[in-house]
Amino acid sequence: MIAAGSTIAVVLAIVVLVPLAPGWEAVQRSFFNGEVFAATFPGLLNAFMLDVAIFLWCAPAIALLGLLIALCRDVRSPALFPLRMFGALYTDIFRGLPVILVIYLVGFGVPGLGLPRPWNSPYIWGSLALILVYAAYVAEVIRSGIDSIHQSQRSAAASLGLSEGDTMRFVVLPQAVRNVAPANMNLFIALQKDVALLSFIGPVEIFRQAGVYKSLMANFTPYVGAALIFLAITIPATRYADYLLHKQRRRQR
Amino acid sequence: MRLLATTGAVLCMTATGALADAHGQCAADKTLEDGVLTIATGNPAFYPWVLNDAPESGQGFEAAVAYAIAAEMGFEADAVTWVRTSFDEAIQPGPKNFDFNMQQYSITPEREQMVDFSLPYYTSAMAVLTTEAVVEAGAEPTLDSLRGLLWGADANTTAVPMLTEIVGPERNPMLYGDNVDVTAAMQAGQIDAALFDLPTALYLSAVVVEGGTILGQFPPDRSENPDQFGLLMEEGNPLRDCVNAAITTLTESGRLAEIEAEWLQGATGVPVIQ
Repeated sequence: MIAAGSTIAVVLAIVVLVPLAPGWEAVQRSFFNGEVFAATFPGLLNAFMLDVAIFLWCAPAIALLGLLIALCRDVRSPALFPLRMFGALYTDIFRGLPVILVIYLVGFGVPGLGLPRPWNSPYIWGSLALILVYAAYVAEVIRSGIDSIHQSQRSAAASLGLSEGDTMRFVVLPQAVRNVAPANMNLFIALQKDVALLSFIGPVEIFRQAGVYKSLMANFTPYVGAALIFLAITIPATRYADYLLHKQRRRQR
Repeated sequence: MRLLATTGAVLCMTATGALADAHGQCAADKTLEDGVLTIATGNPAFYPWVLNDAPESGQGFEAAVAYAIAAEMGFEADAVTWVRTSFDEAIQPGPKNFDFNMQQYSITPEREQMVDFSLPYYTSAMAVLTTEAVVEAGAEPTLDSLRGLLWGADANTTAVPMLTEIVGPERNPMLYGDNVDVTAAMQAGQIDAALFDLPTALYLSAVVVEGGTILGQFPPDRSENPDQFGLLMEEGNPLRDCVNAAITTLTESGRLAEIEAEWLQGATGVPVIQ
């Protein structure tokens, strides 16, 4: 009851006070223009399909590469030490670089080597840049999941006669991946937003389309439209991640 | 006789003085800072509009036009200061940090609902920038041939709707944040051709793009809405009438055409697209 009351008070204050600001009318015309919104929203929705498509083909590749890198970092045989080093170097480099920089360098740089069409497409190299960066984050998350499985489980598996590979596959990974599912979910929500960065190297996805409308109409409303479309996807996804986390905590108790 | 000449000279001087006064009065109390005209340009400002990214030198077409307009309005060259803004800063609501903004803004009715434009100071042809390799592969200055190319453009320009309206490419064009990215994509072979205003296209083909060439142009009189550049001002800026008066004087006296001939290469020799 008190919570509802204070919420209503805060909302009322915002709704009443903000329009009293002297610049409100100008801001409203430039950011919340109904006419511009109606004219541009269908085009934005259409452009968003490209974001979804890029996300859909990047996500599985990221999961796979992230898992491989995580496994690289966990190899224990001395002969395979170079793999371990590669894993560490990889995560250090790609977690340390801004996504947009990798997209620029890979998206313009690699095709500049003289690849023929269609192999120089910005879709291919831009997606690869996203995959490289996000795989580094996913790898770290999975590695922390692997580390969270107690050494005694590996010993138990070994005493049952399981090989090291089988131990990883049937004992460690299933628990590890489940433990870090909420953290990975958060990464994929971030990925959904970062897909928009591909627009810098050419593809006309929602962010770029909004920019075109903004430029043609000298009005920022299309950005607000794009923001709403993003929220429509990311809020439910975030809630779902929270739910997973909650469920996991209950299970562990 | 001598008396007559002196009287004439005095009269003449008084008249000029009055004229200058009239202009000065027009702009009085209407600028951001009294007695100073603040002009905005891009960051960086591109050739051939501004040379060496130094508008203070008055070199380059837009820099020269800016000082000519300032002089018409009664501002000495040292009473002009320059600031830099992006496109988004120029259109954001709220007070501006410039009296007018000059960076090849095309005048469109949609933009005019949000900001004010002066009378046009330049009407641009649109030109097709491409590379020798694409021409060798068979690209021709005909609409049929152009439709089959993979197009690029600067997303912040009116080249985007023109591309759709005039050329109507078969595949969706790629759009970029600025000239530099468009030429990078062209160099990487990701696009065949890009649409720019003619002076920019001439510069990019000659200096920036390796093996760059101009395939052809759409002269301004060919399109229904020719690309006209105007000075951008905050909506309702009272200075607009003074600026417009200055531009009208410069246009009628032929001074604007002189500046254009001095700084912008002629379009002759660039084939017209059929």
